Amino acid sequence: MRYLPHTKEDIQEMLQVVGAADLDALFSSIPDECRRKEAMNLPDPITEWELNGHMDCMAASMGAPPFYKVFMGAGSYHHYIPEITRQLLLRSEFFTAYTPYQPEISQGTLQTIYEYQTLVTRLLGMDVANASMYDGASGLAEALLMTIRATRRKKVAVSRVVHPLYRQVVKTYFAPTGFEVVELPVGTDGRTDLSGLADLGELAGVALQSPNFFGCIEDLEAAGKAIHTDKKTLFVVGFSEPLAYGLLKSPGACGADIACGEGQSFGIPQSFGGPGLGMFAAKQKYVRTMPGRLIGKTTDRDGKTGFVLTLATREQHIRREKATSNICSNQGLCATAATMYMAAVGGTGIRELSRLNRDRAEYLKASLAKAGHTSPFSAPTFNEFVVRFPDGFADTWQALLEKKIVAGLHLAPYYPEMSDCWLMCVTETISKNTIDSLVKEVVK
Amino acid sequence: MKDKMGTTGLIFNEPLLWEKGSPGRKGLSLPRRDVDETPLDAALVGDGPDFPDLSELDVVRHFTKLSQWNFGVDSGMYPLGSCTMKYNPKTNERQASIPGFAGAHPLLPESLSQGALELMYDLQGYLGEITGLPAVSVQPAAGSHGELTGMLIFAAYHKNKGKPRTKVLIPDTAHGTNPASAALCGFTSVGVKSGPDGVLLPESVAELMDEDTAGIMITNPNTLGLFEDNIRQVADIVHQKGGLVYGDGANMNAVMGIVNIGDIGVDVLHLNLHKTFSTPHGGGGPGAGPVCVTPELEPFLPVPRVVKDGDIYRLDEDYPLSVGKVHAFYGNFGILLRAYSYILSVGTYFKEVSQYAVLNANYIKERLKGTYHLPYDRPCMHECVFTDKHQQEHHVATLDIAKRLMDHGFHPPTIYFPLVVSGAIMIEPTESESKETLDQFIDAMKQIAQEAVDCPDCLHESPQFPKVRRLDETAAARNPCLKG
Ligand SMILES: Cc1ncc(COP(=O)(O)O)c(C=O)c1O
Repeated sequence: MRYLPHTKEDIQEMLQVVGAADLDALFSSIPDECRRKEAMNLPDPITEWELNGHMDCMAASMGAPPFYKVFMGAGSYHHYIPEITRQLLLRSEFFTAYTPYQPEISQGTLQTIYEYQTLVTRLLGMDVANASMYDGASGLAEALLMTIRATRRKKVAVSRVVHPLYRQVVKTYFAPTGFEVVELPVGTDGRTDLSGLADLGELAGVALQSPNFFGCIEDLEAAGKAIHTDKKTLFVVGFSEPLAYGLLKSPGACGADIACGEGQSFGIPQSFGGPGLGMFAAKQKYVRTMPGRLIGKTTDRDGKTGFVLTLATREQHIRREKATSNICSNQGLCATAATMYMAAVGGTGIRELSRLNRDRAEYLKASLAKAGHTSPFSAPTFNEFVVRFPDGFADTWQALLEKKIVAGLHLAPYYPEMSDCWLMCVTETISKNTIDSLVKEVVK
Repeated sequence: MKDKMGTTGLIFNEPLLWEKGSPGRKGLSLPRRDVDETPLDAALVGDGPDFPDLSELDVVRHFTKLSQWNFGVDSGMYPLGSCTMKYNPKTNERQASIPGFAGAHPLLPESLSQGALELMYDLQGYLGEITGLPAVSVQPAAGSHGELTGMLIFAAYHKNKGKPRTKVLIPDTAHGTNPASAALCGFTSVGVKSGPDGVLLPESVAELMDEDTAGIMITNPNTLGLFEDNIRQVADIVHQKGGLVYGDGANMNAVMGIVNIGDIGVDVLHLNLHKTFSTPHGGGGPGAGPVCVTPELEPFLPVPRVVKDGDIYRLDEDYPLSVGKVHAFYGNFGILLRAYSYILSVGTYFKEVSQYAVLNANYIKERLKGTYHLPYDRPCMHECVFTDKHQQEHHVATLDIAKRLMDHGFHPPTIYFPLVVSGAIMIEPTESESKETLDQFIDAMKQIAQEAVDCPDCLHESPQFPKVRRLDETAAARNPCLKG
């Protein structure tokens, strides 16, 4: 086995030093009643090339680009990943290191994450960002728990157009805590309806997502004002598509106290839903109640600039049961990928790319509308939108799979009242020609 | 080789990203604009983020230089205790990058995701076989996420019995994530002192276990690298009072094929695929923390479950007692895939993996005891814990020893953990390291011990070779500067 270096002679010499007769004797401290009697039933090891063949074969059953045209977003987006991101991530100094507990030999990771924190705060218009959460969903759950810590209140409100799967995770995290989660309804324009906010009593936090699950851009500024009529309530802005903030006014500029969401769009493969990247940022005054790791700038003994893990007294390894979160291993390499991506796309590039995503999606929206398939919602959208199709579209959708087209996501399982609606997504990886061919298929 | 392995090399300075570049540059290939620009309500439009504009080569050089300031498993031995820094096979990266997997949307219809579902299903089976706990969810994204899932299962189980409980027992050797995860689920953690031999005594557990206690969290082997040999008695005590036993499987690398975790009374166990199953640590993650449970607890596992109907793999949401979802989709699939690829490559050799991991740790323990103080002189599992007691006489502390190891070309062990040992030096070599490498490490540790006698200041002034020297962490925390 090529991962195991010991020869028979090595083993004998080492056993002698240890004073064990054989390998089995190494486990003499394990009582007999705890020893496994039966062998593990595992397959014979396969060679590297057999493994390649096996995995290629399994992967061939997947409906993924470039063979499939997938018009589906809903929290996982097909964006072009630059080759440099892929290759630089394979620098094994990055990917085979762990948490930078020893800063002198981890400055690569530390500076990268410091840059990540900086770029995320600039993207979201916030003061501080942490070094990552697991994904957009757990990040939102942690954000809402943070509003409870910060305000000592017991109830939070979450918009019904926050990603339904994120809301399920929030529900899981809140279930054993005794704190309450209430849902805010959707208005006819596809945005969150905040008119009933005042009747909900004292809220620790209110969470909206923008663009929301229907792709609609929330009026965050108005929402922030409405939510902050209660000065204690924290305004949480979630997102599943960070690229939107190349174009849209940032959560911070609209009064968000916490901004958190999924960062997969930034150079991270979709990979059947994970690993992604929980981006998490807050206003400075909440830094000590934040979950997760933080990297700070400092100097070494010679006065040279360097970076270290900091404010660790919030974290589980110091604070144990009083920690702000239990998170330990995070999504460090995904944060690294996102940093490389943000560096490569740049300030000029992200504006262009973001615009193009919106414009291509608008082109599909307009083309479908021309054929009579309109959106039930009037609010402006970014790179996804909801469209209503006539009876029988479910069959068309199924038939299109044969043509290697996944024509959006059916909303029925998530919003039973919207059984005639599909959520469509277009990014920069889908050209006008491909959009045209979809429209032709759908309209005929 | 008498020279230290660490030496000076050409190390580049590199500014922060935004101190480089020039407006108008681009490092990303943007598609041609083939549609018209559409108007958008100006009130919604922002200025765009203040990112620097860099060329492709600017970005490549930047991160290449940064990577050179880092130390990874590929750079050298990384005996970070409790973290199992074993070799991360290159083939795993190849498998993860296959377009069908890397580009797969999580909400694809089942007919177009059979490969991914089959992989997860088979992985569940392998992990069930290795642990002896047959019902598995691969959804948790890391070890502590697995712990949280386990604590949710504790809570759901007792609630379903009609008697919610409020406390969880946690030994003093436990990792910080254990009490933090219990607290997230609203449990009060009750500390249990380990006995004089570094393991739990049944009587200490019996004294604390009551009918308001949901169960116990045990790491076995524990964080001192010792097998909790009273585990069965402890489990019996907890079970008799209606409680459950949680196993923190972070240290599974020691006992694969040696112990059937299901047989020793553990009801719920998490594994760290980024430790035992060779997936890269990524400078902090991502990992994966699958949870393995007894058949009795299966109904509580997170949904969706990956199941098989005839020849078809499906996602099944229909588990009314489930704790719910803990991840937006199905967990860190890309990490699951790497672990699967490792399992197929290692196959029947898993017992050897554990045997050699334990052999390596015992070899280091035997050869360094005497030089360094060994607080628990008994056979260890996959890691051994020393202290700085002997070196303290010369005013040299664990931190100095750790820093000096860098000059010798090694990543330091885990230090000052577990908390029950003052000045702990926790060494986990893993099975990946050859005898020559272990000998070099042992020599370095011995030289450092000698230096502690001859020249304590040489240790206080270490490390000498890395890009930066000791950093001022107090100043960093007092005046946090968290962005540029
Ligand atoms: C004993 C032990 N338990 C739990 C954890 C937490 O695992 P993770 O970092 O994957 O969340 C770790 C490692 O970090 C550990 O060493």
